[in-house]
Amino acid sequence: MFHLMPYRDLPADFGERYRSAFLDPAWFDVADPDLVGKYYNWTLDELLYAANAGMHGVCTNQHHQNVYGFMANPSLMGSVLARGTNSQNVAIVQIGSTLPSTSPPTRIAEEYAILDCISGGRLVAGFPAGLPTDATLSNGVVPIEQRERYKEALDLVLKSWSAHEPFTWNGKHYQLPHVNLWPRPIQQPHPPIWIPGSGSASTVEFVVDRDDCFCHLSYAGLRSAEMLGDYYWDAVTRLGRDANPYRFGFLQLVGVSETDAAAEEEYGRHVEYFFHNLLHTPPYYQQIPGYQDYPSMVRSLKEPLRDRSDTTPLKAKDFIDRGFLIAGSPATVRDRLLDGVKRLRVGHLMVLLHFGSMSHEQCLKNIDLFCREVLPALEGLWDDEWDDRWWPERLRVPRPAAEAMA
Amino acid sequence: VTHAEERRLRLWQGKIETRVDVIGSGPPLVYLHGPWGLRADGAFLSALAADHTVYAPWHPGTTPGDPNAVHEIDDWLDLLVYYGELFDHLGLENPPLVGHSFGAMVACELAAANPARVQRLVLMSPIGLWRDDAPVRNWLIIPEAERRQALFAAPDGEAARAFFAVPEDRDARAEAVAAFTWAQACVGKFVWPIPDKGLKKRIHRVAAQTLVLWGEQDRVAPPLYARDFARHIEGARVEVLTRAGHLPHLEQPEQVSRQVQVFLAGPTVSA
Repeated sequence: MFHLMPYRDLPADFGERYRSAFLDPAWFDVADPDLVGKYYNWTLDELLYAANAGMHGVCTNQHHQNVYGFMANPSLMGSVLARGTNSQNVAIVQIGSTLPSTSPPTRIAEEYAILDCISGGRLVAGFPAGLPTDATLSNGVVPIEQRERYKEALDLVLKSWSAHEPFTWNGKHYQLPHVNLWPRPIQQPHPPIWIPGSGSASTVEFVVDRDDCFCHLSYAGLRSAEMLGDYYWDAVTRLGRDANPYRFGFLQLVGVSETDAAAEEEYGRHVEYFFHNLLHTPPYYQQIPGYQDYPSMVRSLKEPLRDRSDTTPLKAKDFIDRGFLIAGSPATVRDRLLDGVKRLRVGHLMVLLHFGSMSHEQCLKNIDLFCREVLPALEGLWDDEWDDRWWPERLRVPRPAAEAMA
Repeated sequence: VTHAEERRLRLWQGKIETRVDVIGSGPPLVYLHGPWGLRADGAFLSALAADHTVYAPWHPGTTPGDPNAVHEIDDWLDLLVYYGELFDHLGLENPPLVGHSFGAMVACELAAANPARVQRLVLMSPIGLWRDDAPVRNWLIIPEAERRQALFAAPDGEAARAFFAVPEDRDARAEAVAAFTWAQACVGKFVWPIPDKGLKKRIHRVAAQTLVLWGEQDRVAPPLYARDFARHIEGARVEVLTRAGHLPHLEQPEQVSRQVQVFLAGPTVSA
């Protein structure tokens, strides 16, 4: 289960007051700090509840200066989750700390290593490059250097995890006189690596080439991702990798209720809140010159891999009809998820079971129904043919054993 | 527009290809472009070329075919040394420098770093200094709907229209938008997140005769900064142009080119 930790109770006129969910909203005009304290606790409770309900992994992420999701340091959340799920068959999926925004990035290597130690080797190490707003505007990273820093930081982190001798790092963006990390991850040479992307051709190729798990974090749903999915699997073939579905992850908004009508009724206003308030970020904050390298920019101008159509006029029903949100009875959700997952060959499906203004109780209900009625139909879908090489080794055990552990 | 000769130089241990547009005849002059590349500056360069040989190098990374050159120049020291190499390759000992916006900042830094090599300096709407009471606008995040208003005194004027015009054909448009965007990214590398990179500590070393030109309606770098440049550069002359924004050479091309020509033709005054 994926969680953004959004602001759940924005004022009704938020959309008119602010042009952007990122950077512009004024804390002292919008936020209630006591409520925010509740959100953090609810978020942790919801993820722990999902772990108890049978979810295979819990996901955190890093964003800054916004109402959309503000786990500014996902390791803080991840450590609570790691501790709270000890002895359970649940991965701590940090997806994650943004390398270019943290200097030196060995700080993230240390935090992840701590998480792997606390969790007993259950960490999935996610390495997003970070949204342009987060890296460049909130953290001052030079836009055209974001990717370069990211790549250097990733090399540094991986070396720092597994090098047997202390070393000096003489990089372009980072220079460190002595790297001899304490602790190291239990999983050696490194935990499974997942790298999110949102539709950039060079990220796809970079991840396939590295043989890591590529996670497409769109919010437009499985159905809208067919072009990106096809591009991804073409790249896999072109670069000589196998067709193992577990190398591909996908994020989907899901809302389950007793019936289709009840689901629309219960989740409709939350999905509108999500797209209209929380995702309301103008292109001048997200498409800062330099955030894409030159070939990707030319490519996305000529043939975008991702539909960036305007969602402002869409209503709840549109979001459901177009598959941005898969909502309905357990049977409907199962069918639609299975269709999309098979079509795109998704091995790791991340479900956003809390979105928008959803209450704690509604979220628990969603988790409950999903884990009881939907998850069993998805589990082990690809296991006859493929091994999940992008999952913590200690968790690669049959699920019934997991229930016994819990 | 006078025909420009296009030269290609390989510099920086062979790692950077730089296009230099060379126009006109007469004594040399180097023009350093602003954040949007050289695309719109042709007519202005032609006017300067009436009595000079204008050398207009493309900022590293903006030369078509070599976008990754920008990753070979890491910081201001690299950039200034690189320009020294470029001038050497062009056989230019101490050419007058005319810079616009970011290009003016480069020119001013060059003049401060190597006063003997820069004897005449024209700074058009330079950036490089910072005041909390009048921040320089971050042009990389100007909303599309506000760009004309931000850059031009007359947002609906001919100069603004020509500046933002893109080809009809989809692929040609993609290439044009990409070049325009990439130029901002390549230049932005050296002034992100704000353009205060220490020029205030070095500017007193400028020994060149200096002309500072500013558009009265500059909404990127407020004209207030003209005073700061003049205060730090001994003998600098300031001209504020009416009906001009951050691109005065596009909105008032005749006035600006005349001012520059008169200034460059003037007698040498020892500081």
